[in-house]
Amino acid sequence: MASTQVYTDYHPRWLRRQVSTYWWLEKWAYFAFILREMTCLFVAWFVVYLLLLVGAVAGGAESYQRLLDWSASPWVLTLNAATFLFMIYHAVTFFVAAPQALVVHVGRRPVPARLVLAGHYVAWAAASALVAWIVLRA
Amino acid sequence: MHTRHPEPLLWMLFSAGGVVSAMLMPILVLLFGVAIPLGWLAAPSHARMLAVLGNPLTAVLMFGLCALSLFHWAHRFRHTLYDGLQIKHLNELLALLTYGGAAVGSVMAAYLLWRIP
Repeated sequence: MASTQVYTDYHPRWLRRQVSTYWWLEKWAYFAFILREMTCLFVAWFVVYLLLLVGAVAGGAESYQRLLDWSASPWVLTLNAATFLFMIYHAVTFFVAAPQALVVHVGRRPVPARLVLAGHYVAWAAASALVAWIVLRA
Repeated sequence: MHTRHPEPLLWMLFSAGGVVSAMLMPILVLLFGVAIPLGWLAAPSHARMLAVLGNPLTAVLMFGLCALSLFHWAHRFRHTLYDGLQIKHLNELLALLTYGGAAVGSVMAAYLLWRIP
């Protein structure tokens, strides 16, 4: 069907309340929201860190050792400790939202949200155990 | 005719990246970012790292984790800047920098993983 609706860039501004750029500092819930959104910066940093690790391993035993030494320097360690906390926050908040995005049906019945959430936690534990086993087995 | 918007695809990438990063990153940060640097656990030997990363299955998983996580970052960061800083006039530039950055990072990831013997 052809759309006959014509949209213009004109917005009636007189009904709009001016929102401060710092609106997210006004309430704890807003701040928690921005904090949650900012976990993505730590996700990006950790991709960089993983790729540095992969590059160092490809570069030979010496470059791998240099990366391990660098990872123990105070600022990298502090950044990664913060990254760990933000990753946990990211995981928990993402899993909480999952049942709303993912409505699973068995037959015609929707699976209760609590079960979908629990499924994510079980998968998280299993994936973590698998990664730890792969990395740490001698 | 409908115009095709990339938003649903970008949201799918954001969502998939959110799930894989949530599932795999906390343990990886704990191991390689905290426990091994602090000496709580012994670092895997170089030969062991080569064997793990040289395995095609691990390489594909690592690539998926890196690429999807980068698109997760791109989408979320773009929307947060949009909501938080009200910079509508920079929309196109921001999209280029975020999704473009994620695409470049994904290519880098593929190259680095490919280099592992």
